[in-house]
Amino acid sequence: MSSHNESIIREPLITGNNITYAQITEDILRPVEKLPGRAWWIGFSVASMGATLWLFAVSYTFWYGIGSWGLNKTVGWAWDITGFVWWVGIGHAGTLISAILLLFRQKWRNSINRSAEAMTIFAVICAASYIVAHMGRPWMAVYSLPLPNQYGSLGVNFNSPLVWDVFAISTYFTVSLVFWYTGLLPDIATIRDRATGLRRKVYSFMSFGWTGSVKTWQRFETVSLILAGISTPLVLSVHSIVSMDFATSLEPGWHTTIFPPYFVAGAIFSGFAMVQTLLLIARKVLGLENYITMFHIEAMNKIIILTGSIVMVAYCTEFFIAYYSQVEYEQYAFINRYFGPYWWASWSMFCCNCIIPQVLWFKSVRRSIAATWFLSIIINIGMWFERFVIIVTSLHRDFLPSSWAMFYPTWIDVSVFIGSIGVFFTLFLLFLRVLPAIAIAEVKLLLKGSSEQEKKKILQSGHIDASQGEFYKDALTKFDAIDIAEYEKV
Amino acid sequence: MSSTKFILGLFEDPDEMMDGITALQQNSVPIYDVYTPMPIHGIEAKLGIKDSRLGYAAFMFGCLGGTVVFSIIYYFMVHDWPMNIGGKPAFAVPDFIPITFEWTVLYTALGTVATFFFATHLFPGRTPRAMDYRATDDRFVIAIDVKKNNTPHEDITNLLKNAGAVEVKHNDRKYVSYE
Repeated sequence: MSSHNESIIREPLITGNNITYAQITEDILRPVEKLPGRAWWIGFSVASMGATLWLFAVSYTFWYGIGSWGLNKTVGWAWDITGFVWWVGIGHAGTLISAILLLFRQKWRNSINRSAEAMTIFAVICAASYIVAHMGRPWMAVYSLPLPNQYGSLGVNFNSPLVWDVFAISTYFTVSLVFWYTGLLPDIATIRDRATGLRRKVYSFMSFGWTGSVKTWQRFETVSLILAGISTPLVLSVHSIVSMDFATSLEPGWHTTIFPPYFVAGAIFSGFAMVQTLLLIARKVLGLENYITMFHIEAMNKIIILTGSIVMVAYCTEFFIAYYSQVEYEQYAFINRYFGPYWWASWSMFCCNCIIPQVLWFKSVRRSIAATWFLSIIINIGMWFERFVIIVTSLHRDFLPSSWAMFYPTWIDVSVFIGSIGVFFTLFLLFLRVLPAIAIAEVKLLLKGSSEQEKKKILQSGHIDASQGEFYKDALTKFDAIDIAEYEKV
Repeated sequence: MSSTKFILGLFEDPDEMMDGITALQQNSVPIYDVYTPMPIHGIEAKLGIKDSRLGYAAFMFGCLGGTVVFSIIYYFMVHDWPMNIGGKPAFAVPDFIPITFEWTVLYTALGTVATFFFATHLFPGRTPRAMDYRATDDRFVIAIDVKKNNTPHEDITNLLKNAGAVEVKHNDRKYVSYE
């Protein structure tokens, strides 16, 4: 049944009074149905300028070739693969929220999964654009696929992690897109049934004829569960395979067995930071404080501190194992990483990813929107540095000392990176305008069991153990959208 | 003979809608379908709807995907053009696992969703066979095909009203128009 009461000691997932099913639809569809406000236009203008920069920089790269980047014979991968791994990593939080948290029956995922999945898709688009761009001659991308070609029967090398990556990223993108769009169908139908004219026709086309009959919902839920079940190992495999691009090489600093779990933890860490960056603003601008509550923010901060700590343990383990292995090349790679010419990048990484996020152990920091947003930016920067450090510090010291070199980015490198952020935000802002940022149907599921107003009724009924009631009221103090004075009399 | 084809009971609360279903079932009024803005857990059992078999489809698509891509890799790497890489065997199974896994997942996802769309008649541009516009918003709708049963319309209306329906519609046409 939809309406069994949840234990009173659990925090509400929807706050606010007089929330009805109609109110949920109204609140979530407001940005889709109304004209955008000034904040959206400012954001969109800046983001589309970034996207234009990206278009220009990538076109420039294709016209003049990869020589327009700062790469050299020694450092053949730098900002391109850094950007690729960074974006793929960011995408991982969306799948974690939509798939893994679904399997764990974490109901709080219901109000953040939709925008996190959208973020995944846009991040993977940015990552894939890097892969194509770094080929320099993008039409050569076809040779990464096992297709007949004019070189006779020469196919791709299926032993190569780079080919695994082609399969992993394309599968990841396809499955994420399918999962996201299937989940959107009921919500598109909601927009359709409230719209008129051409708008209704467009959303009707996109809704695939959704009706919400019993059998449709039953199959929908089965499909969601199956997709969640297969996306869970998929998301772990994707970043594992990305890490194998490095780990299966013979490069000191890359050739380590710790890479797959270390990369996956880092990916989730950076992905949740990006979710915070986006949602803290979206929540405020779109007025969704009742659905994305302080509970959600704190829960995500807990995941950030967990995965951030895993990353820190991984950094320390790498360092220790380099010493313990007694392999001098490995030892040199790590000493050079932290004390060589790129010391500033490595210590930025260590500070941003390991030291600064430790403040999240404090409750007051986890519950502060300003602090959380600031930390999310720090982590985004730190995780970019992590990939830069892994790639460039290992490469810039060749096995031949005569080949030692440094990497200096050109303005094209910088423009492609800043531009990719512009592309990402352009896509995300367009998404907020045309599709609901929160899964409407899934949030409606929470209304009767997990909303503040229902819990208040339980509290008012007086059948609750007094200590549990006090515990609950105490938990409410952290919510910025709840006026705790209302609970004085209850 | 009235021209009513369908009686719709519109509820604003899912639990009252479940009471409505119980009331109709106790009075042997067959229910055509129920349209809701969100999944209602436990309704399948109540309406006697069988479990979805999509899980079996998913399993078979997964087996297919894994087999297809493993065969492709085997053909390329072992049968058609075996390469001597450091004297190691061409049939290097561990190296084939990642891609086999990826395509197992890919085929499962695409196959399951395609089966879902096919079975439920969902495809781009399909005209929605919806009975009420608010069934995707804030109304939980029980639809009764009155041509298929002899219960007087007023009795059905009363059953629905007593269960808590906020509105009962007697519709002459089956679906709402999206023209």
